[in-house]
Formats: sequence, C-alpha cells, structure tokens
Amino acid sequence: MQSQSQTTPIFTVTSLSKVYGTGPAAVHALRGLDLTLPEGELVVLLGPSGSGKSTLLNIIGGLDRASDGRVMFQGSDLTAMSDKQLTRYRRDHVGFVFQFYNLMPSLTAYENVELVTEIAANPMEPAEALALVGLAARSHHYPSELSGGEQQRVAIARAVAKQPTVLFCDEPTGALDSTTGRAVLKVLSDVNKRLGTTVLIVTHAAATAAMANRVIHFSDGDIREVVCNDTPLSAADIEW
Amino acid sequence: MVAPLDRKLLRDLWRIKGQAGAIALVIGLGVLMQVMMTGLVNTLDETRLAYYDRYRLADVFVPVTRAPERMAERLASDRRVAAATTRIKGQALIDPGAGALPIRAQALSLPDAGTPRLNDIYLAEGRLPRSASADEIVLLTAFAKARGIAPGDSLDVTMNGARHSLRIVGLARAPEFLYTTAPGELVPDDARFAVFWMRRTALAAAYDLRGAFNEMLLKLERGTNPQAIIDVADRTLAPFGATGAYGLADLPSNRFVTEEIRGLTSSATTVPPIFLGIAAFLLYIVVARIVQAEREQIGLLKAFGYSGAEVSLHYLKLVVLIAVVGAVAGSIAGISAGHALAVFYQTYFKFPFLVFTLDPISFVTGFAISILAATMGGLAVVRHVFALTPAVAMRPPAPPDYSRTFDLAGVFRRVLDQPSRMVLRRLSRYPGRMLGSVVGIAAGMALSASTLTVVSGFTTAVDLSFTVMNRSDMTVMFTHPVPRKTLLELRRMDGVQRTEPLRIVPAILRNGTNTYRGTLEGRPREPALNRIIDANEEPLALRGGGITLAEPLADILKVRTGDMLYVEVREGRRPVLHLPVTAVAQTLLGAPAFMEIDALGRALNEPGRISGALLTIDSASRETLYQAIKDMPAVAGVTLKADARTALVDLMNTGPGSVRYVMLLVAAIITFGIVYNAARIAFAERSRDLASLRVMGFTRAEAGFVLLGELAIVTLLAIPLGIGLGYGLTWAIVEGFSTDLYQIPVVFHASNYGAAILAVVIAATVSAFLVWRNLTRLDLVSALKTRE
Repeated sequence: MQSQSQTTPIFTVTSLSKVYGTGPAAVHALRGLDLTLPEGELVVLLGPSGSGKSTLLNIIGGLDRASDGRVMFQGSDLTAMSDKQLTRYRRDHVGFVFQFYNLMPSLTAYENVELVTEIAANPMEPAEALALVGLAARSHHYPSELSGGEQQRVAIARAVAKQPTVLFCDEPTGALDSTTGRAVLKVLSDVNKRLGTTVLIVTHAAATAAMANRVIHFSDGDIREVVCNDTPLSAADIEW
Repeated sequence: MVAPLDRKLLRDLWRIKGQAGAIALVIGLGVLMQVMMTGLVNTLDETRLAYYDRYRLADVFVPVTRAPERMAERLASDRRVAAATTRIKGQALIDPGAGALPIRAQALSLPDAGTPRLNDIYLAEGRLPRSASADEIVLLTAFAKARGIAPGDSLDVTMNGARHSLRIVGLARAPEFLYTTAPGELVPDDARFAVFWMRRTALAAAYDLRGAFNEMLLKLERGTNPQAIIDVADRTLAPFGATGAYGLADLPSNRFVTEEIRGLTSSATTVPPIFLGIAAFLLYIVVARIVQAEREQIGLLKAFGYSGAEVSLHYLKLVVLIAVVGAVAGSIAGISAGHALAVFYQTYFKFPFLVFTLDPISFVTGFAISILAATMGGLAVVRHVFALTPAVAMRPPAPPDYSRTFDLAGVFRRVLDQPSRMVLRRLSRYPGRMLGSVVGIAAGMALSASTLTVVSGFTTAVDLSFTVMNRSDMTVMFTHPVPRKTLLELRRMDGVQRTEPLRIVPAILRNGTNTYRGTLEGRPREPALNRIIDANEEPLALRGGGITLAEPLADILKVRTGDMLYVEVREGRRPVLHLPVTAVAQTLLGAPAFMEIDALGRALNEPGRISGALLTIDSASRETLYQAIKDMPAVAGVTLKADARTALVDLMNTGPGSVRYVMLLVAAIITFGIVYNAARIAFAERSRDLASLRVMGFTRAEAGFVLLGELAIVTLLAIPLGIGLGYGLTWAIVEGFSTDLYQIPVVFHASNYGAAILAVVIAATVSAFLVWRNLTRLDLVSALKTRE
C-alpha cells in the first residue's frame, strides 16, 4: 500500500475553493485547498460539520462544481468537464454510498445492483457484489425487507459492482448502530483490500480513522492536517 | 404576531406555489363556470322580466278577424284584467328593390296620441310618428340595422294589396319582438322580417278597420291564471273570428327567449357541476399527495409536542387556503366573465338594458365543493399519517414495501431492464394513485372529447337540416290558403324545376294535461324537397289519417307511436281531430307535427288548398323568378334556404351555443392542469430516486425515462377510459344544450376523439418537458441528503 501511494496519484487538487451564495451572505465552504491522493488507499476525511469535507467529496465525485481551482483525476481535469462528461465520469469511475442508502424501493437487492451493472462498462456479477458484502442469501429481498445495515451493504454492493476506480462514502455509518456500523466498515475495507479500489470515507466518527491509510483533518474549509497511518486496524478492532 | 406554524404554512405554500397554483387554477375554473353560467342565466332572466315589466308587455294576446271597439270594454271590465287595449295588426310586404325578394313585415298600430298602454316600444332613435300623419312609421331597430336603413329613409310597402311609400321617422325596440321570426319559419332572422308601427287612424284606413280592432292585449292582475282569461276571451270574441287567444308564454319571441334562457339554465345546471366535480376530484388527489409528502414533518411536529388536532388544523389550513384562493379567483373571474357574456347576450337578445344579478347559491356551491374536496383529500391522508409515532419520523423512513405487490414487472423480467421494472413496479405498488391519475387525465380528455363532439354536433345539425332534410332552394308562403293550381303556376315559371306543396295550420296539440301550441304541417305522402327522417336518417313516409311528431314534441306531449292525440286546429272551421301518432321523426329545428297533406285538407274540409310551396330553382334565372314571384298575388313571403342556413349558423354562433367555445377552452385548460399535476407529483415523489440514478451515472435521458415512462403509461391507460367517459359526458352536455327550438345531434366522429387524444398527448408532452427541465435542474447533493 505504501509503495502504491508513492507512485500514482488518483486525485490532484489545487487551490480548490467553493463559495455558496454571493456578497455578504457568501459562505466559503472550501478556501483554496490543495491535496494529492494516491491510488488504492482507504482515506478518512474527518472534521466538524461545515468544515468542507462533504463539499470536497461532492466536487471530486462529480456531483458539484468548484468555484475556483482544479481537480485532476488520473490526468483528466474534472473542473473542465461538461455535464455529459461528468455523467460519464460517474458512470464509469465512481461509486457512491450515502448515509440514507438511497436504494430504489421498487427493486430487490439484486435488481438494485443490476441497475448499475446494466450500464457499467466493466461490471462484476451482481451476485458476486452481493456476496462481497455478505448478502448473497438476501439478494431477492426488497429494501423494505432489509435492516438498515443490510440496506447500506446493498448500497455498497451497488456502488462497487461497477468496479469503480474510487468509492465515495458520505457518513456511511451515520444512521447505523455500532455493530452494524462496524460490519459496514469492514465491507468497505474489504473492497479496498480485495479490489484495490480507492475508498474515501467522510465521517464524524473519529474512531473510524484507525482503519485508514490516511486521515485528512478538516477545519474551516481547509485541510488542517494529513496523517498517514502505516498500521491500519481492521474494522472489527475499532473502538466505537 | 403570526404563529410559527402559520409562518410555516405560508412558506410551505410559497414553496409549492407552482403546484398550488395549478390546483387553484383547476378549482378556480370549475367555480368560474358555475358562477359565470348561473350569473348569466339569472341576469338574462331578470332583465327579460324587468324589460317586460317596464314596457308593459301584455299577459294575454287575443287576435280576431275584426271586432268592434265596444267589444273590448266587455273584456276590459273583467276584474281579473288590470289593463286592456286594442290595436291593429296587419301583414305587409316590403319591396327592397329590383332583383331582391320581398320581405315580410308586420304593421302595428300606435294610439293616435302618445305611446301604447300595453306593449310599449323603446324608441332608440328619431321620434314617434305625428298624430295625424298617414305615412310616417317607426321601424324595428334590429331590422333597420340588419338592412342598413336609417330614419329619413323610405320604404315601399304593400299593405292589404295596396302599395304605400312610408317614411321612417324613428327606430324602436320592443319586448314583444326580441326575436323576429317570419310566420311559418323557425329560425329568427333580423334581416328577413320587419316590424313597423304607424298611427292607428292611418293603419285602420290601410286595413279597412276603422272603428274596429283585430287584436286585443290584456294585462292581468297578479296571480291570475292566464288560461281562465284566454277561455273567456275566446268565448266572448268567437263571433268576431277569434283565432285563439294565447298567453305570453306562447308569444313566439318570448317563447324563443325563454327557451334560449332555459337552454342556458340547463347548461348551467349540468355542465359546471361536471367541471367542478372533475376539479374537485383532482384537488382531492393532489392534496392527498401534498400531505403525504409532509409525512415526516407531521411526525416532527408531534415530537415537538403539537397535538394531533393542531397538526391536522395546520394541514387543513394549507389545503383549504389553496382551495379558497382558487374559489375566490374563480368567483371573481366568473363574475366578470358572466358580466362580459351578459353584455354579449344583451346584444343578442336586444335588451335595451341589463339587470345584473348574481346567484349567491352558485358561490356557496363553488366554495363548498372546493373546500370539501380539499378537506377530504387532506383528512384522508392526515388521518393515515397520525398513525406514525413521532419517533418514526426521527429515523429514516422505511422504504415502501414492494414485496407484497403483485410483481407485474417480474412476469416480464426477461424483456425488461431495471428502469422499466421500476416504472412498472411503482405503478403496481400504488394502484390507487395510478388509478387517480388515470381517471383524472381520462376525465380531462372526456371533457375535451365531449365538448368537441357537441361543437361538431352543431355543424351536423346544420348539415342535416339543410342538406339531408331540406333539399329545396326556396320556400314561398301565401297570405292565406290558396288552391293547389297555384303550384302549377309556380312550376310554369322560368327557372322553377320542382315544386312541393305545403299546408301549415296553427294547432294546439293535447295529450291529457300536456299541451303544445304549435303548427300542424301538411306535406306530401313522401316529401322529397323537405324530407322527414327517422332516428337513422332514413326518410319517413306520412301515412294518411295519422300524425307524425318531431321527437322533442313527442317528449313534451309524452306520447309514443300508437298513442292517440287531440289536435285543435285554430284555422278555418277549427276541427278538433283525434289522431293516432304514426311515427316519431328526428328533427333538429323546432318541434313540428306532420300530417299527409290530403288527409289534412279533408280534415279541415278544405281539400286541395296549400299555404306554401317548396321549390328547387335554376339559379341562372333567379332574378326573373324573383320578379315573377313578387308580382304574384297573395305571396306573404319567400325564403331562400341559403339565407335560412346562414341565419341558423349565426344563431348557433352567437346564441347560447357559443358557450361551447368557452367550454372547449376550459376543458383544454383543465386537461392540461390534470396532466401537468400528475407529472409534477410523480416528479416530487421521485426526485430522490432520480437523483440517485443521476449519481450512479445514468444520463438525464435514462433517468427521465423512469419518471416519464410512468407518465406515458398513465396517459396511455387514460386514453381508452377517456373515450368511454367522453361518450357518457357527451349525452349529458347535449341534453343541456338542446332546446325545443333546436336539438344537437350526438354524432361521434373519430376526428373529435383524435383531437382530444392529441390534446392529452400534447398536454403530456408539454408537462413532460416542463418536468424534464426540473430534472435537469435537480440538485443531486441536496436531493440525496434530504430524507424523503
């Protein structure tokens, strides 16, 4: 992992700012932030509410646009992409996991995964993705028949099934209890280790940092500190 | 200080302003129709009565051949008679000049000094004739306007066989002649029938009626039954050739106006409730969904400690506010639309003034229905949502349960991709909602289709009357029954191709207490120039000895084929005939009764007499033919079919029938409102799913498919239902429009349904486009972070 991190950066962010609103009401969510992220790491973004971590995630995930600065993804400039190109970027390279799962209630777990594999360029089998998150047995259940943790695992399966280059997780355990939360984090860590997918996790839970290769501390729209961790813990050993 | 909940209310209202506006629009249109139509009807009716009252229109008319003035006193002294007067009434022909057909006219006497005691006139221009003048007349304004005649002009008039040159000194309107219909014709036409007034002495000289009268007018004491006086008048004046006294109800002009207003009234009572009902239904659906969307907030409010009643009140306020805003806007618009329509009708009915009247009931109904629908929609959902514990709202909502739904999509799983499955599963998961949208759109389409059918029904009525039934070019009417050889004279004229005799006698038809004062028309056994047709448009032959009734007449008299009917003929020796009804005919104009002409002649004891003739002519020799007919003695008037057709089309386009265009517009707007709302709701409910799809890398088109696919299916399902509903609705609307003056046939044309389907498809496409724009503006991040 260490060796990978020193070789290819997956994201290079330079002087990135994001301002919401104008004039005196303007809110500076990001203030000229610089960051380089190596490929294949599990990165945790920590910081209080409003510190800019989600904003960064949204911009490098192609969900939002920067006010200024540049984001390079594997040599392509995300900030210069059209809506169509951003859609293409999300489709081919990015997986998302949100706090509230955002599953399609009208599709079964399997079909929710299939929703993505149908349009992805190089997907894995939906069954395989579900097996990866430990839900092979529940693949034909509708979201209403699954617990919160299971729903989140389906969301992860759906996100990784396309074999994304990078997986973005915004408060993936925010709505879950500790046991379920740990199980979900374990899945994320497995995805990172077994598939080599770069995983970015935005969270409030400082404990999560223990399992990361790299922890980025946010405050007031900028990075306060980046801590590399050579000996990440496994999800099961995290103190909640 | 505005309570925080009320502030929330106003802000919520602002947030959903687009949707709220659309709902208010639909409900407003329903109320508009209601208020407009009832206001119009009330105004017209009040105006009519006020006009009659102010110009002292008689309650009973007693026509006689010639009666001495003293006889009038006998009737006038009856204590039930409030006022009485006599006058002279004569038939005249106006010669409009070379190359034109003579115009029928009615001459009426004015007292030698002042204005009439009864049946006064409203002098619109100029002055009254001088007392002693023998050649000054006041002309009916409508005719003067239609013919471009002004005071100062002269008219060549034939009265009682002698030609006179009469000078017009004034123009007048009269409540007696709101409509002028030449005797024997059905469609009023201002240009083809004139009324003029002269001083009595001059008119008496022209008609040899010095010291006598030929019509008596009676105003009755309030509460007097006109029939009692009619009987007395008939008895008293029988020796003087009384042709049958009649009440105001049977005065042709009044009958026409009353029928037109009745037609409007029945439109006002059938059509707006349909509109309002559909609007209310839509309101119910939309309100239910709005409250559904607020589910989580309801839970939160309860968690804060608001009571169930407070929360319900809050949401009821929201929906009732929308309904009330719509109803208020609809009422205001309805009042001004009713006003505008009334002004339009004022010209049409030739009222000199208008008495604006509003119907308070219509407001109450409009508001009550709007509020009721909104409350029911709101309550149905609020009640359901109350089952939620506040804690439920604090957690992310459980996904809707699709596991117990019949999996339609699963059946086709091999051919369907996931987005298609999402569309199908959602529809089968919420059949109620889907049904609501389908029925709503179908109702909108039914409104459009049926209004279109009614609109084309008017055209069909004209075509049937003047192409299928009446195949003549011209009708000639005589001043009195003439021998049948006159028909030969006509046929010998240059340009006449075919002739067909016509005998028309005034008659009262009776079946028990159901009576109808109209005419009995004698026609050949198999009329060719003016055919009588049955319901299937097949020609009917007249069987000797029986009577054939127009369908509306059969309805009025409540008789069917085979029943017996009393017919009191009011002409000649005045026989009372007891006749079997041999057939019921489809007619679109008037409510005539037909009899075989020879049988009628025998019954009247006047065989071989005719009162008119139908002709087909060679248009090349039209001018010489007109001259020849003008020179014929005893011609009371000539009508060209083309003129009658134009008059009918005008009548339908300017009269109550014109409301059909307003209805068409409202139907189109309602249809659009329904479709757009359905699309908006679908969007609002799915924005989160759509955002998820976009985040996963679905293009706008792909995500749009999930949203619009649903709308497309709902629209497709609505179309066949709309066709069915439209069929029923058409009958209801036609029932409202038809009067016994004209009937609107129900003819279903594929093109009308095509147009209605097209309208729905266009509405769906436009709505889809508008919603689609929202999809492109969808804020992915916030849509995903909100909980639902």
